[in-house]
Amino acid sequence: MRSRAQVHFGVFFQGVNHTTIWSDPASGSQIDFETFRRMITTAERGLFDAFFLGEGLRLREQDGKILDLDIAGRPDAIAQLSALAGITEHIGLVATQNTTYNEPGDLARRLAGLDILSDGRAGWNAVTTDNAWTGENFRRGGFLDHELRYERAGQFIRTARAIWDSWADDTNAPRHVDVSTSQFDISLDATLPRSPQGHPVIFQAGDSPTGRDFAAANADVIFSGHGTHFDDALAFANDIRARLLAAGRPADDIKILPGTQIVLAEKASEVEDKRRWVLDGQYTGQTALSLVGQVWGRDLSDLDPDGPLPADDPVPAPISVTRGAARDGKDPIAIAKDWRALAEAKNLSLREVVIETSARSGFVGTPGQVADELARWVRAGATDGFNISPYIVPGGLDEIVDWLVPELQERGAYRTEYTSTTLRGHLGLREPLTRRQNTETDGSAAG
Amino acid sequence: MSVFALGIELDGEGSHPAAWRRAHHPPSESLSGRTLAQKVRAAENAGFTLATFDDSIVPPHAGLRARVDAVNRASFVAAATSTIGLVPVVETTYAEPFHTSSQLATLDYTSRGRGGWIAARVADPAAARAWGRTALTDGADLDREQRDSITVVRDLWDSWEDDAVVRDYASGRFLDRDKLHYVDFEGETFTVKGPAIVPRPPQGQLVVLGTEADRELVDVVLVNEPDRDAAVDAASRSDGLTFIEIAVTLDTPGTSATERLAALNQYERAKSSRLEYAGPATGFAELLTELAAHTDGVRLFPTVIDEDLPVLARYVLPALFKSGVAHRPVPGSSLRGNLGLARPANRHARV
Repeated sequence: MRSRAQVHFGVFFQGVNHTTIWSDPASGSQIDFETFRRMITTAERGLFDAFFLGEGLRLREQDGKILDLDIAGRPDAIAQLSALAGITEHIGLVATQNTTYNEPGDLARRLAGLDILSDGRAGWNAVTTDNAWTGENFRRGGFLDHELRYERAGQFIRTARAIWDSWADDTNAPRHVDVSTSQFDISLDATLPRSPQGHPVIFQAGDSPTGRDFAAANADVIFSGHGTHFDDALAFANDIRARLLAAGRPADDIKILPGTQIVLAEKASEVEDKRRWVLDGQYTGQTALSLVGQVWGRDLSDLDPDGPLPADDPVPAPISVTRGAARDGKDPIAIAKDWRALAEAKNLSLREVVIETSARSGFVGTPGQVADELARWVRAGATDGFNISPYIVPGGLDEIVDWLVPELQERGAYRTEYTSTTLRGHLGLREPLTRRQNTETDGSAAG
Repeated sequence: MSVFALGIELDGEGSHPAAWRRAHHPPSESLSGRTLAQKVRAAENAGFTLATFDDSIVPPHAGLRARVDAVNRASFVAAATSTIGLVPVVETTYAEPFHTSSQLATLDYTSRGRGGWIAARVADPAAARAWGRTALTDGADLDREQRDSITVVRDLWDSWEDDAVVRDYASGRFLDRDKLHYVDFEGETFTVKGPAIVPRPPQGQLVVLGTEADRELVDVVLVNEPDRDAAVDAASRSDGLTFIEIAVTLDTPGTSATERLAALNQYERAKSSRLEYAGPATGFAELLTELAAHTDGVRLFPTVIDEDLPVLARYVLPALFKSGVAHRPVPGSSLRGNLGLARPANRHARV
């Protein structure tokens, strides 16, 4: 039990899927700077650790056509966060950036630039992709073998750290960086010194055993998918702690911040209505048909969302028809079977099945109820905090900051002012991994 | 000429390699956001139409090894300024055009339509090693990457029509997918599928600057000639907009421009292939007034920003505004607007 543990909040500005409701009058432009200014200003007022941006490398498609039901269009993460750095003072700025369709010499430099301009508030959510479909927008083109994605990602992060660390604290004479690995052949002089936090904080989201080991070896923070069920979150956290120890790191060396949704109502009697209202906005009839169409592998937009699921089985497609969606890789026939059983057992319509199976429950309740629950999770060591995805952008953070944060503060479970100026400091992280030992970390170690 | 645009290069501490010795802040502050914002605000306040930010993945030179990339610098000041155009250098030889397009379109959103782009070739093989790519040193290869990169970046900026977001409650559609377009670009060394991930930028197309060799592809040709007459000739040859580049050193209170240059050259000599001016503010205002008859603007390279910018702000620009040779940019208007360029229709738009 960590009775004094504090809840850490980040806001994940994802935007481009059905969980962000665009049909509400409070929903602002998905791209205008004012939307981002308002979100980050609110988050900073709420003493959040970090503001996250996702990454877009190709617009999502379904059945070979651009998906038109969800919000689409987003800024380049680093350029946007740099602009936001210019109008904020404390909050961390985390950019999701791919290790497959970037090169370390360039990306390490851009992340370090954000870190310097923000006085040590930058973070990098390092993600991997292996599909050739995304590669169609890039010079390297095609495909990275699935097994190679973590190999490349590991080499990428080690190379980035070698670049960031090549400039020692007390000198203006950085070491030359030479990296020669299976994925990279690079020789450069870094153009930036260390920032007040050493170098950017590294976030990682992989969940497979390989992904977890990768995080235990490389990450400072895990942006996990285990934010709905307490037991599941605790098991995940314990697993990560074990892997950290195995990797020779202290058990608390990684902060775990699961993504979640928080729905608040001022009175207990209003909670269920609010929950239902959010789900209705997220799962419109058309969205439900689209999600079922992803499983069945064909266009079902002519069906009645309030009618039954399709009677026939999905036809397995040789490649996934929906690009950039969550269900990639799961067996559609098994999903369909589960869904039909659920529909029969509870007498549910197609849309109700989608809501029942897809909805992220996250946390729902009055501010006091949710504050109790979040504090319990963090004090029990199931997480260190939460990455909140607001269901309405930009106004969806207001209730969290105005209602929930004060409740957490009353419980002694949330900071009442920023006590650090860097992202690493907000999160209570140790020095960057590469800066703790006395061992030389030169570029050639980046194998 | 209806427009005479005043541009200023704000990379580092000035165009002289020893400029950092004369900066008005400690070296530890040279990279900070505060120092950067102070310089850009001073230029905006003085009435400059645009600020440019040089860049390379390779350290600038032996005396100054540190530099934040230009897109980050332009972006950092975007929301904290209101009228000045923000124009980073982004190279075309090794960078990913898809990322370049997204970064610059984002700058145009954060600056509310004040973004530009100096598209630059990189001949230094050290840049290829830093990128981990095969070095291109042949002029034809550099020209090809420049052409293909500018072309596909422009294609991507037009890949969303302005009214592609429909938010149609009845049909549940956020987008009209008929107003999004694959670019299907096939160059010699790369292909790009599209559409862009960022919707069409506020200016439609950002202002693109390049060299005379790029004149078919760019909005503004930068003229880099050491001789005044040659610069004027080059400016007159071009159909589109031209800016003459000038390295400028001005008299400061108590010290002449010549003395200032001599002192800096003791440390390291400046190398410039541009038109140069060293002397009093009045003479510089006269030179700019003459040039205004032949070119659409200038890009000034102050020798030491902290010393020359205050003189430009106090004496040179006010003289040009007073005589009507140049005008302050209008708050709230786009960089295109301040250069007299129309907002281009989208190539896919049905009239």
